[in-house]
Amino acid sequence: MTVRRPTLVFSLLAFGYAFLYTPIFSLIVYSFNESRLVTVWAGFSTKWYVSLLHNEQLLGAAWISLRIALMNATLAVVLGTLAGTALVRFGRFRGRSALALMIGAPLVMPDVILGLASLLLFVAMEQLIGWPAGRGMTTITIAHVTFSMAYVAVIVQSRLVRLDPSLEEAAMDLGARPWKVFFVITLPLIAPALAAGWLLAFTLSLDDLVIASFTSGPGASTLPMVVYSSVRLGVSPEINALATVLVALVTIGIVIAGWSMQRKARQTQV
Amino acid sequence: MAGPRPELEAWQDPTAAPLVEINGVTKTFGSHYAVDDVSLTIFPGEFFSLLGASGCGKSTLLRVLAGFERPDKGRVLIGGEDVTDLPPYRRPVNMMFQSYALFPHLTVADNVAFGLRQERIPRGEIRQRVEDMLKLVRLNEFARRKPDQLSGGQRQRVALARSLVKHPKLLLLDEPLGALDRKLREHTQFELVNIQERLGITFIMVTHDQEEAMTMSTRMAVMNEGRIRQIGTPSEIYEFPSNRFVAGFIGAVNQFEGRVVEQQDDLLLVHVDDSEGDAAELRVRSSQAVAPGTPVVVAVRPEKVRIGTTEPPAGDNRLHGRIEEIAYLGDVSIYHVRVPDGSLIEAQLTNRARRAAAPLTWGDEAWLGWNSEDAVALLE
Amino acid sequence: MPSPSLNKVLQRARRGLRQHLTPGRGAVASLPLLWLGLFFGLPFLIIARISLSEVVIGLPPYSALVDLAESGMLQVRLNFANFLLLWEDNLYLDAFANSVHVASVSTLICLLIGYPMALGITRVRESLRVPLLMLVILPFWTSFLIRVYAWIGILKGNGLISNVLMSLGLIDEPLHLLHTEFAVYLGIVYAYLPFMVLPLYATLSRMDNALLEAAADLGCRPLCAFWRVTVPLSLPGIIAGSLLVFVPAVGEFVIPDLLGGPDTLMIGKVLWTEFFNNRDWPVAASVAVALLALLVAPVLLFERFRERGQSE
Repeated sequence: MTVRRPTLVFSLLAFGYAFLYTPIFSLIVYSFNESRLVTVWAGFSTKWYVSLLHNEQLLGAAWISLRIALMNATLAVVLGTLAGTALVRFGRFRGRSALALMIGAPLVMPDVILGLASLLLFVAMEQLIGWPAGRGMTTITIAHVTFSMAYVAVIVQSRLVRLDPSLEEAAMDLGARPWKVFFVITLPLIAPALAAGWLLAFTLSLDDLVIASFTSGPGASTLPMVVYSSVRLGVSPEINALATVLVALVTIGIVIAGWSMQRKARQTQV
Repeated sequence: MAGPRPELEAWQDPTAAPLVEINGVTKTFGSHYAVDDVSLTIFPGEFFSLLGASGCGKSTLLRVLAGFERPDKGRVLIGGEDVTDLPPYRRPVNMMFQSYALFPHLTVADNVAFGLRQERIPRGEIRQRVEDMLKLVRLNEFARRKPDQLSGGQRQRVALARSLVKHPKLLLLDEPLGALDRKLREHTQFELVNIQERLGITFIMVTHDQEEAMTMSTRMAVMNEGRIRQIGTPSEIYEFPSNRFVAGFIGAVNQFEGRVVEQQDDLLLVHVDDSEGDAAELRVRSSQAVAPGTPVVVAVRPEKVRIGTTEPPAGDNRLHGRIEEIAYLGDVSIYHVRVPDGSLIEAQLTNRARRAAAPLTWGDEAWLGWNSEDAVALLE
Repeated sequence: MPSPSLNKVLQRARRGLRQHLTPGRGAVASLPLLWLGLFFGLPFLIIARISLSEVVIGLPPYSALVDLAESGMLQVRLNFANFLLLWEDNLYLDAFANSVHVASVSTLICLLIGYPMALGITRVRESLRVPLLMLVILPFWTSFLIRVYAWIGILKGNGLISNVLMSLGLIDEPLHLLHTEFAVYLGIVYAYLPFMVLPLYATLSRMDNALLEAAADLGCRPLCAFWRVTVPLSLPGIIAGSLLVFVPAVGEFVIPDLLGGPDTLMIGKVLWTEFFNNRDWPVAASVAVALLALLVAPVLLFERFRERGQSE
């Protein structure tokens, strides 16, 4: 179309990206700052990375967070895949709308409500049946699975909707039993969605402060909880270094994911 | 001067003012020439078709007229005004899209009224004009429906109503019948022509369907690889294709490659390459002067080829061969006859004529012949 | 060859087989249902119950949910005092009102920034679209907390903005942007912008370009085509994006806590304070119930749009 180049739209687009990335770049730049005063440039230094490596508290919290995130992502993928499959492939069944609502609600529910609700449940359960005894990594993981499985379910759902049902029907027609069809046909086809869901669940768990704060107990401080208490006291170059490490990891992950997806797309084209 | 004679068509009348003038328009996409130096003049009241295979540039030319594509070179004039640099919303032209492009969020009536709402037309008049237009396309019952509640044929009529309601000087139709099934398409062809005649609006239609172009248009242009290969009335193009591409594109045709031996008045004597005897000498009418030795293709339509058991007199265009295939198509039968030089010639016989003549069947020897004025000499 | 009716019977049998004889099919749906019912549904009942109990010293710091009275009858004591407190103490009402206000304004700003971005991405070359979308998503994958934290360094008195403006000579003394309501808006818009852009892009990229051409052809200038065609057709994306920003923003805790000032009253922060600082669990629960009641309509609306989007 002979629309004049929509320069307005493109400059707004550029503005949007500048807005999104300026804070991240400033974090990265100041993580290499010699001075403890984060905002005054005093020369290049990697000393904050060194001190990050020696911060036992942060490292311990990171280890806890990592274990919770791994456990959470795996459980969330299993449960989320089941939920997504049920919603897309089972037509109308009893409890469908309840399931759909409980999958949709955590996507927008404020963290404070989810956190408080989970905690109160755990306390009540402990009173009634004595489990879970106290709060810690288990309770955090359960609370995380509860909301991150919703994200997995949505991703699986949207992938399944676009999947041609005749593929599964063909397999069934050729004599495969439903469970076999699921593992041999459906699962490989939705594998990219599962991988994306796993990564998302992993990230959500690693990122969560509020729900973890509610459901955590003594000795189970996650990385965001430690970062939060340190940030409340003011800016710290160590946190900048930590942020830079995180951004680098995420960028590498996304670049690898994008690269392998493109390669796969090219392979299927040939 | 005695004034224009009534039987003179606009394109034959040197005093007629054209509605659309396309002068040397070229449009490239990267290194690909979508439209290559096209010039075209279209007169008021015409139903003009741009015919060609997909990718021949016909749609791009239409989009240049609508203002969606800017030509790299050349000018476009509508009603004498240079519109080359005008955006689509300032042109006195409307377009009916191939996909119909109906606004899914608006009702049928609102879709039709869309164009009128831009101009400061009083509400009552808008309502009246929309109603009239919906009546014209027989959709007044469906005014409050949304496009997704309509059948394909009804959507097509909404699209037509929407593009006509502004009374454009020129209506552009991009494959207007392409999405309809065969039966509906034939019916709609007549309806479109009727509406065009009733409203007196000039139509330019893009189509890949030669039958559609033939039945509907006053004139048509055959396009290939971004260029116009021939402009003319449907019968001119069918009877007198000016080059091999057009001859081959429109309908079936038998082609003989050869060289001009000599010219006697308006008759060319052609020697066909690699053949002997009767088959080697063809006579074809040509109004042009052609030098001996010029390579030429003689083209004959199958329905102009007579087939029979009796030998045509010597000196006529005649060929002898064996029938290999007969296809019965209901109203006509098509014979494929193998001639001595190995090529297959197609002849067509109406079934009434077939019943009258001696019965011919597979494997029979048969004579083929045609009149010199029924063949065309193609010099390209 | 089987007749058409036989075919139909076979087809139905196959479908029936698939739907009813699948071993473990029940488990597929019931496992997530059970999990969510236990860990997501049930807690809301408990919250509702605790919001109606009294605070006591001890652990848990609220009166028992059910009492076995001496007569052996199950007794449920309800206490509406917490909700009365929410209603009577201006702190809570103000916090609610302010949260809704901040969330609405932030949603609007997100829309104003996000819409041109989504539109811009649909207008670039095909090969650039995925990388540009990735760039929108990437910040979302880095830590939320750290992205909010980044603004502290930029906004504070001797932070990036103040330093730049001072070195340009535009201001004489440091600008105190941190711990203001402005900082809260900025933080929410920044953190939630990707949630606005993605659904908008999804609806805008599905739109047929021929519709815009048709609008232009019918005499509509680009701006008019935008208002009369693009915007109405992207309404589902606008609603989905707005809800994805608005609902969590109303209950946001981290952003008002880190970027807002002492006078930035937001309900998520109030809930946090009641729970962690005042250890008044019943009041915290009743704040949560009230917040839920406020968000029920938008959450259900979101759910409806999501389901419709899935079935398309």
